Amino acid sequence: MDPSYYIVLSAALFTIGAVGVLIRRNAIVVFMCIELMLNAANLALITFSRMNGSLDGQIMAFFVMVVAAAEVVIGLAIIMSIFRTRRSASVDDANLLKY
Amino acid sequence: MTVTDILLLALGAVAAGSALRVVTTTHIVRAGLWLVVALGAMAACYLVLTAELVAWVQVLIYVGAVVVLLLFATMLTRAPIGPSPELDRARFPAALIGLGSGGGLAALFIFGYRWGKAELAAPGTAGVLGKEIFSGWVLPFEVLSILLLAALVGAIVVSRGERS
Repeated sequence: MDPSYYIVLSAALFTIGAVGVLIRRNAIVVFMCIELMLNAANLALITFSRMNGSLDGQIMAFFVMVVAAAEVVIGLAIIMSIFRTRRSASVDDANLLKY
Repeated sequence: MTVTDILLLALGAVAAGSALRVVTTTHIVRAGLWLVVALGAMAACYLVLTAELVAWVQVLIYVGAVVVLLLFATMLTRAPIGPSPELDRARFPAALIGLGSGGGLAALFIFGYRWGKAELAAPGTAGVLGKEIFSGWVLPFEVLSILLLAALVGAIVVSRGERS
């Protein structure tokens, strides 16, 4: 079996996620795209672990998932607090740090 | 074509297609539901790659917890139920950056790893992974538990809002 297909799939998923982060306006959909990118990285890690015949990549993927869970919790808390003050979940409305 | 190749092509097509739907759909709730399909297909990919424990953890954490959290957040931010056409920004620069990064990544990976064959590795079951974590990865594991605690406390502090 050929692991390069998985690597190309992970690159494609990462690209889709990156484009989504750039073009979407709703903060929650941006979050979903970030999850896609993290998953693409996990897929690459697991493929490398398989190619090298060691389990380290799988353990790193496991750790990435834990960090992603923490990141989702914090991110959604921030989105909720922005929504509470501005009544909007659009990333274009949270522009006070611009310029 | 072996069975794993066919499975891989099918699952890869499902994952990439539903990921595309996450990025292109105009319904926010549907984006979340397509995300479930994409994450499930990737969990199946992990199973084909013999990463058993990671696949089940993926189903538990991502499909179970993260997507539910995201759907709750869509409800709490009063996202529109129907299609919302003003969901996207200008596409051209994003498409350019995305194509550049994706093409670069794919070229780098293919250049680095060629098109080699890999042996079927021993499955990453809970027992094997647990032994590995608690022999060589104890310190990162403990640091992660501190990170989770910090995230928990931080989420409570951030979402509590104004102090009365």
